Amino acid sequence: MSASTLAQHFLTGISLGGAYALIAIGYTMVYGILRLINFAHGDLFMMSGYFMIFAMASFPWFIALPVTLIGTVILGVVIEKAAYAPLRSAPRMSIMISAIGVSYLLQNLATYLFTALPKTYPEISFLKKIYKFGDLSASLVTLITPVLTIVLVFLLMQLIGHTKLGMAMRAVSKDTEASRLMGIKVNTTISMTFVIGSLLAGVGSVLYFTDRMTVYPYSGSLPGLKCFVAAVLGGIGSIPGAVIGGFLIGIVETLMVAFGYSTFSDAFTFLLLIIILLVRPTGLFGEAATDKV
Amino acid sequence: MNNILEVRDLKVTYGGIEAVRGISFDVPEGKVVTLIGANGAGKSSTLRSIVGLEKPAAGTIQFERQELVDLGTENIVTRGITLVPEGRRVFVNLTVYENLRMGAYMRNDDLEADLNWVYDLFPRLKERSWQPAGTLSGGEQQMLAIARALMSKPKLIMMDEPSLGLAPIIVQGVFDIIREINRQGVTILLVEQNANMALKAADLAYVMETGKITMSGTGKELAENDEIKAAYLGKSRK
Repeated sequence: MSASTLAQHFLTGISLGGAYALIAIGYTMVYGILRLINFAHGDLFMMSGYFMIFAMASFPWFIALPVTLIGTVILGVVIEKAAYAPLRSAPRMSIMISAIGVSYLLQNLATYLFTALPKTYPEISFLKKIYKFGDLSASLVTLITPVLTIVLVFLLMQLIGHTKLGMAMRAVSKDTEASRLMGIKVNTTISMTFVIGSLLAGVGSVLYFTDRMTVYPYSGSLPGLKCFVAAVLGGIGSIPGAVIGGFLIGIVETLMVAFGYSTFSDAFTFLLLIIILLVRPTGLFGEAATDKV
Repeated sequence: MNNILEVRDLKVTYGGIEAVRGISFDVPEGKVVTLIGANGAGKSSTLRSIVGLEKPAAGTIQFERQELVDLGTENIVTRGITLVPEGRRVFVNLTVYENLRMGAYMRNDDLEADLNWVYDLFPRLKERSWQPAGTLSGGEQQMLAIARALMSKPKLIMMDEPSLGLAPIIVQGVFDIIREINRQGVTILLVEQNANMALKAADLAYVMETGKITMSGTGKELAENDEIKAAYLGKSRK
């Protein structure tokens, strides 16, 4: 394989990784604040794909895009309010089972509403424009994805690190009751976490599906699981961890396909999950529990 | 005397077990009031229901003549009550400064003056303002928990076992601070197992036993009471 072909695959991998990273952030943030693995997150990403199909059928892209993002955020928050918030004081296992239930509900709802046949994802023509650099060629979306991911992550880190809302999110993630004593509206803070996670999943969905052409009711489940692995790999609860995990999985997956092992590329991702859990359960950037009692 | 807090016939139950069995007490404005009693007497449950973390089974809780029962914690704390919870419960993943910011979460005005105020009260916190609270010692965390509560500019500050698990010299420091805060006009309701220190600091004291108030009086009266001495102060009856 020539260097330029390798570079080409690498570029594709980085782009896929960017979309994974955006979705992985949703897993890691929700886990950070609720200690919940939100199994429905991948399916939210799939629903976002359908929202875009319908939005683009009626509007030009610059209206369809915000409509899709808003729709995704609303769905994400509704899921939280309906399926997770009532279980706030229930054992953690109950809320996790509820999340699995929501995941299947969304898949079946999509099958019922949109049929199981893949639907063509609309093209935003300028995103598909091809740019050439010497031997390398890439569509605009491939180039935009990693850049946009990094910009969004930077903004998110500013929000979490330096705003009152961000501090409140970190406070709630450590001690809900003490947060209430500060006057923090815990439910609102949790909803804001879902707003951010869903928004990023919506952006990730546009970037991901633009390169994949079709959406079907199960197109969220495997990418969702991979992004979950990315979050675990990076250290669940850590945002930089989720981003690095996302990029890593995207690049490795693409390179495996490039080297002709496409049959094993998904298996490899999950093998990686098992290895990480065995060798370094807290992930690359996960914090070991060192709180003073 | 003007009572800032009046509790009447308060009952708190956990799954049918009565932790607090109909107690009534007053907290006069500007005073230090203490609830002393053994572990499990219902002291913490009382404080937790005042601030809305537990829902009382019966009774009324009036703060400045306003009923608090059925209000959410977020709503109650905005009225000027705050609780320094048992075990300090500082946000270990936030810096000292961020913890103080969270203490002032409901406020939208300038925090500068009050930050300086708590940094004056607790110079150690100023030195460590950029350190994660989890790296502080137990005594420093207790100071931070009190400072964080003060940042909400409370009229009434309730403290649940502030001396628990601290070395005697640090306990002395905590009580000095309690007096100082009170001198600056904040009413204090203190729950303590360290009856000796609590009675010395208190203007008014109540003794709780198995969910009931069994005795009350000024701190001095109770400190000199023979039964109290025997039961809580570790001194034998004369």
